[in-house]
Amino acid sequence: MLNHQEHIARRTFLRRTGLGSIALASLLEPGLVRAADSRSESDRSSVRHHPPRIKRVIHLCMAGGPSHLETFDHKPMLAKFDGQPMPASLTEGQPIAQLQGQELKVMGPQHPFVRRGRSGLQMSTIFPNMAEIADEICVVKSMYTGQINHDPAHTFFNTGTAISGRPSMGSWVLYGLGAETQDLPGFIVLTSEGGGQSQPISSRQWHSGFLPSRFQGVQMQSTGSPVHYVNNPAGVGREQQRDIVQAVNDINRVRNLELDDTEVATRIKGYEMAFQMQASIPELTDLSGEPKHIIDMYGCRPGDGTFASNCLLARRLAERGVRFIQLYHRGWDHHSGMKKGAAVTGKLVDQGTTALVKDLRQRGMLDDTLVVWGGEFGRTPMAQGSGRDHHIKGFSLWLAGGGLPGGTAYGATDDFGYNAVEDPVHVRDFHATMLHMLGIDHSRFTYKFQGLDFRLTGVEEAHVVHRLLT
Amino acid sequence: MWWTQNRLNRSGTRTEFANNGAPLGQAVIFYPVHKRAFGLISIQPVFRLSCLFVALSVGHALGAEQALRFNRDIRPILSDKCFACHGPAASDGDTDLRLDSRESAVEDWGAIVPGSPEESELVRRIDSTDADEVMPPTDAHNPLDDEQRALLRRWVKEGANYEPHWAYKPLVRPAVPGNSKPKSVAEAIDSFIEAQMRADGIEPVSEADRITLIRRLSFDLTGMPPTAAEVDSFVHDRSPDAYEKLVDRLLESPRFGERMAIYWLDLVRYADTVGYHGDQNVSQTPYRDYVINSFNANTPYSQFIREQLAGDLLPNASLDQQVASGYNRLNQTTEEGGAQPKEYLAIYFADRVRNVSQVFMGATMGCAQCHDHKYDPYTLRDFYSLGAFFADLKEQGKYEARSRPPQIPVPTEAELEQLAEIDREIAVFESRRAPLEEQALPGQSAWETIARARLREARETATVWVDDQELIGAKLEGEWHYITDDEGPVHSQRLSRVQRSAGQMQHFFDDATSRAVVSRGTRFFAWVYLDPEDPPAAIMLQFNDGSWNHRAVWGSDAISYGRRSENWAGYQRLGDLPEKGQWVRLQVDAERVGLEPGDSVKGMAFTQFGGQVYWDQAGWSDIFTLPAHVEQALSLDPSERTTEQANRLRKHYLSQTAPIKELDNNIARLQAQRNDIEHSATTTVVSEAVSPRTIRILPRGNWMDDSGEIVEPAIPEFLGELQTGPRRANRLDFANWLCEPDNVLTSRTMANRLWYLMFGRGICSSVDDLGGQGTYPSHPDLLDWLAVEFVQSGWDVKHLLRSIVTTNAYRRSSRASEHLQLSDPGNHWLARQGRFPLPAEMVRDNALAVSGLLVEQVGGSSVEPYQPAGYYAQLNFPKRTYVADPGDDQYRRGVYVHWQRTFLHPMLKAFDAPSREECTAARARSNTPLQALTLLNDPTFVEAARVFAARIMREGGNSTDDRIVWAYRNVISREPEEPIVDRLQDLHDAHLAHYREHVEQAKELVSTGNAPVATELEISELAAWTSVARALLNLNETIVRY
Repeated sequence: MLNHQEHIARRTFLRRTGLGSIALASLLEPGLVRAADSRSESDRSSVRHHPPRIKRVIHLCMAGGPSHLETFDHKPMLAKFDGQPMPASLTEGQPIAQLQGQELKVMGPQHPFVRRGRSGLQMSTIFPNMAEIADEICVVKSMYTGQINHDPAHTFFNTGTAISGRPSMGSWVLYGLGAETQDLPGFIVLTSEGGGQSQPISSRQWHSGFLPSRFQGVQMQSTGSPVHYVNNPAGVGREQQRDIVQAVNDINRVRNLELDDTEVATRIKGYEMAFQMQASIPELTDLSGEPKHIIDMYGCRPGDGTFASNCLLARRLAERGVRFIQLYHRGWDHHSGMKKGAAVTGKLVDQGTTALVKDLRQRGMLDDTLVVWGGEFGRTPMAQGSGRDHHIKGFSLWLAGGGLPGGTAYGATDDFGYNAVEDPVHVRDFHATMLHMLGIDHSRFTYKFQGLDFRLTGVEEAHVVHRLLT
Repeated sequence: MWWTQNRLNRSGTRTEFANNGAPLGQAVIFYPVHKRAFGLISIQPVFRLSCLFVALSVGHALGAEQALRFNRDIRPILSDKCFACHGPAASDGDTDLRLDSRESAVEDWGAIVPGSPEESELVRRIDSTDADEVMPPTDAHNPLDDEQRALLRRWVKEGANYEPHWAYKPLVRPAVPGNSKPKSVAEAIDSFIEAQMRADGIEPVSEADRITLIRRLSFDLTGMPPTAAEVDSFVHDRSPDAYEKLVDRLLESPRFGERMAIYWLDLVRYADTVGYHGDQNVSQTPYRDYVINSFNANTPYSQFIREQLAGDLLPNASLDQQVASGYNRLNQTTEEGGAQPKEYLAIYFADRVRNVSQVFMGATMGCAQCHDHKYDPYTLRDFYSLGAFFADLKEQGKYEARSRPPQIPVPTEAELEQLAEIDREIAVFESRRAPLEEQALPGQSAWETIARARLREARETATVWVDDQELIGAKLEGEWHYITDDEGPVHSQRLSRVQRSAGQMQHFFDDATSRAVVSRGTRFFAWVYLDPEDPPAAIMLQFNDGSWNHRAVWGSDAISYGRRSENWAGYQRLGDLPEKGQWVRLQVDAERVGLEPGDSVKGMAFTQFGGQVYWDQAGWSDIFTLPAHVEQALSLDPSERTTEQANRLRKHYLSQTAPIKELDNNIARLQAQRNDIEHSATTTVVSEAVSPRTIRILPRGNWMDDSGEIVEPAIPEFLGELQTGPRRANRLDFANWLCEPDNVLTSRTMANRLWYLMFGRGICSSVDDLGGQGTYPSHPDLLDWLAVEFVQSGWDVKHLLRSIVTTNAYRRSSRASEHLQLSDPGNHWLARQGRFPLPAEMVRDNALAVSGLLVEQVGGSSVEPYQPAGYYAQLNFPKRTYVADPGDDQYRRGVYVHWQRTFLHPMLKAFDAPSREECTAARARSNTPLQALTLLNDPTFVEAARVFAARIMREGGNSTDDRIVWAYRNVISREPEEPIVDRLQDLHDAHLAHYREHVEQAKELVSTGNAPVATELEISELAAWTSVARALLNLNETIVRY
């Protein structure tokens, strides 16, 4: 059965002269393709259980596990007991990583805390720039998670479980909402490192798991081709590439008169989009159009692959309709040298983070963007030599944008910064809350796999932290 | 709570499984089936499924005259809407009412009154408009629609008859419909399908043309396209058995095993790396080759199962069978620093149960890790009991760096030949021994006198390995920080070494050219000075004789290398730290750390945990000793020695004489070569049985909770019980149970999957789940018939595949008639063939084959094709630099590509190859722009195109037209239509003109990749043909199997 367009294609084709022109039109008139795409996009109803507060998420993943005690959770008690044994009542029977079998001694905060902004939000001095956005951010001091080592903890934070093969939160969001871009992937991942031991990060962290693979995160590289295979082969210019794409699509159309395969239309569209991506991605990563004051605000040199550069790219991605943007900075694993490490890594992320939030604000985009800053877990109040070990019972992250009340703190850990004791927020609660802000009810947002309705928030209880939102 | 007790006539007893005399010998349990598979697209969001279901069901709505079938019509509704609360795990929740059990629903609870919907609480509740009463409850967001309600009412009215879940019913070969004496298995299969079509008034499409058939068969059975010559030969073969001959040829090709391995390796999650954290390499390619060879040899599937699950337990296990047992060790593992071994043992355990149940039983037991399965009869206890079969595996929760013992060497054919040659040389030397001994014997009594004298002196001779420098030609590793006595204490000569650390730290040497050959009196020593102000928590000496598992530890247990709760050679605790603030000679007998006479030690490591330690002279010493029995014989007068003593003494004496020593040295040299070959041989992880560890049920899956009951190995309770008497059941018992002819799951699972490979969908379309939430089979009787045929053929995989591909159903065109597009969009009734994109590996193989670049070789190390630079940048421990293979390995088949679990090759990933962290029974099938980018720009495909271009110019004739036709036929197998020729000619002409003006660009294009550039061809023309070739390799038809 041929639809109208195919009939036209066939007739035109048979006259042969018209063959190229149809394809040319679709390639050279982006509007035509866009119209077709946006139609198909709207066909795919997106999930809206209630009106959303935000359109997109930018997750600044501080990989390695930043110490909450040197960033956002001030614990004077630790200074008082510095070098003393940690109260066994807190640590007994608790999971422990590298300090297994060691004597557990308290280590005081390695950096002073100060009050920042009109709100007087407490922050460590390792973030002098972030003082400027103190009134934009909401620190959650009572996070806790279920996994104590990097790989499983990242997997847990991204997919809600430590079992491999489940979709990441970015894939879930893209699956639920689609993206507002036709020529860029809807879920993009950028990475940088420095300041501490660089723990490995698996592509599992942005994988689509059992969701269709088109929902997986696409990693952009800071060197070489920004997206794999987005550059033409050597010796092939854009014109020649277009010729090939056109020929492929034309022949696919002809053959489909006989094959009558509904997938062929998707294939044709895929080639058109690929060809567009070959232009739009270089345009995206070309920062030469950014004014000097913006470059200076981020404090990066375009193309240097730093976290700050990635922050600037994140803003550009957000502007172009990318739904979920994840920046990993691998440098927070401070098993030793906590004092210096926190200062060095802090400096590497401070200015970029600050600039991103300010930039989104000044462009009026912060209200419909959720910015998340935090790692897969925190670090022990106990010393590991001059550093701190992994800690999962209480840690901090912060959120900004989406109309969240800035300059506030939510929840609290105990005096030793060990357990989240006031308004604890599980990683699942974070997921539920993020989805809620996107207009999605986590309990109804499911995907059938192996006969079961899977959810990002899993089978355990998860709660939207409503009090955080007001 | 929805049934209130006063409304119902509750029996008061806990619901037990109804016993209707089920043939399985235990309760009949009614388990749910997922919706009928009327083309339901599983990628749709679930909340849209219900409306889709309505829309699609309309076309198939049950006529009033058509009888209800519980499994097909009712179970899917109950399962999806009710069983989460009122299913097998109902007692977990608020109510004991189970709608999967007729006894519970009808007799115990009276929720259903058969024949009387008006009196049935179930019907009242589903029809209720009261928000507090309606079922399913509104907050479940999973309402019934009108049609489903009507079906349930009708079912109750007609007597509420249940059926056992289809996949758990005993296997019985059903009668072939309308064909009591089928002439072949293929004919029988067709009879099932045609009978169903007749009943539904469906007209099948006609047979596909021969070109389509040979392409389809070639990809399905060998994973490769046919050559143009093969196509010609088949198209023109007029013999009546042309098709069958083709099938036989393809099944006998070694490519068959490679093709089947692609699928099997997905199931068992085979990869070349460990998966967790640093995702380090792990050597297990011999397992991959075992799989390929087994399929090629058509090893019976039952044997294939036994060898993988329990190859090591088979009597006189062959090398292949040991390799096969590596299956049990393919799970992801970790060496992450802070990993808690106990936690990871629990993770590996659960991983294994998930995989075993999916691969061999088509079951999703994963849910039962934390609670009884909500839709299937698998209990929490079943999960741990099944895992207990594997409690005997020797494994560690946290492994040491780059080591995954137990591993065994698996020499190649060439290596086996070298070993045999060495053995022959050794035999030659051995043949000289007797005459040499004859000559030496007269000197024995003089030697005895000297030996007795030396024994009395018992002098120690020391060999210094390390002092102010290393003295033995070794390779140094770690920080060797030398200081003088101005800077700190020194013991010997001018310098000592200082090492400071906050945690574990070591320096060491390895590969010493002068090695210590251990004898009975050998001990090792090292001088050490512990800083009294900053002492370490522990210090350790460690020795390498090929393995570093020889450690002596002083102080606390802080050092983690080799640490176990018990003392062993790899972690010998030798007491407290030595005195601080003074030089102390640490020493340890070789024997104490597991080094035996004859072992040769080439490395030594100095480790400490924390503190400041000074290290100085180190080495080994020997005391002249004789083996105890020799010493004893020597002390006796010759006349008092027994014959045995005399023999031993003579033998020892002879071994000390110069000619025999030389002979022994020669043999030792050969032996060392032998060892080197064995050491350099590829190793593979294997199963090794040790005393089984205790397995407890972990409440809610919590590995820290030791309160659960201890369980013994057992198959899931509802499937029966193994009869091993008082003996603990083992992996082999489990494998044997799987291979019993009446096992209801094994043959159904595999037969369904073989069908899936040949049609692109299973008879039960959920090939990963034959359980309650799986799909109801389109042809349940056919599936059972095939499963029985599979068993009765001796689990003959090739037989089953041959039978399937010789059916009319297989040969049909994949193009749907207009009627079928409307009436059966999901191809439920098999009135046409399936069509689907080629798996990633085949997309690669196809391009390499067409271009002529493909290098075919079965087995061997994994290969590394071109990959974008920096792709492994996120990996660490160690950091990795990917180096694409420079030689032939660049052009090997996809099944051999290095499988990096956390960063799968981007080409494979783009085309939906799974990471192989978990079992994949059906790959996703996507159609994305990233695939287009890959085919257009990945150097593998560009190189294939430009090499193919050279072929086009050399082999495709002289005119542009001829060449286009030749090229098209070599890629797509058929003649191009005229417009296609014209289109490609336009492309060719335009690019020829362009590249003639831009020869530099042409040069760049035609030099992509490592393959030699075709220098005799005109560069611009070659570039133009490269464009044509690129277009052809990108065509939809090139990468789709029709």
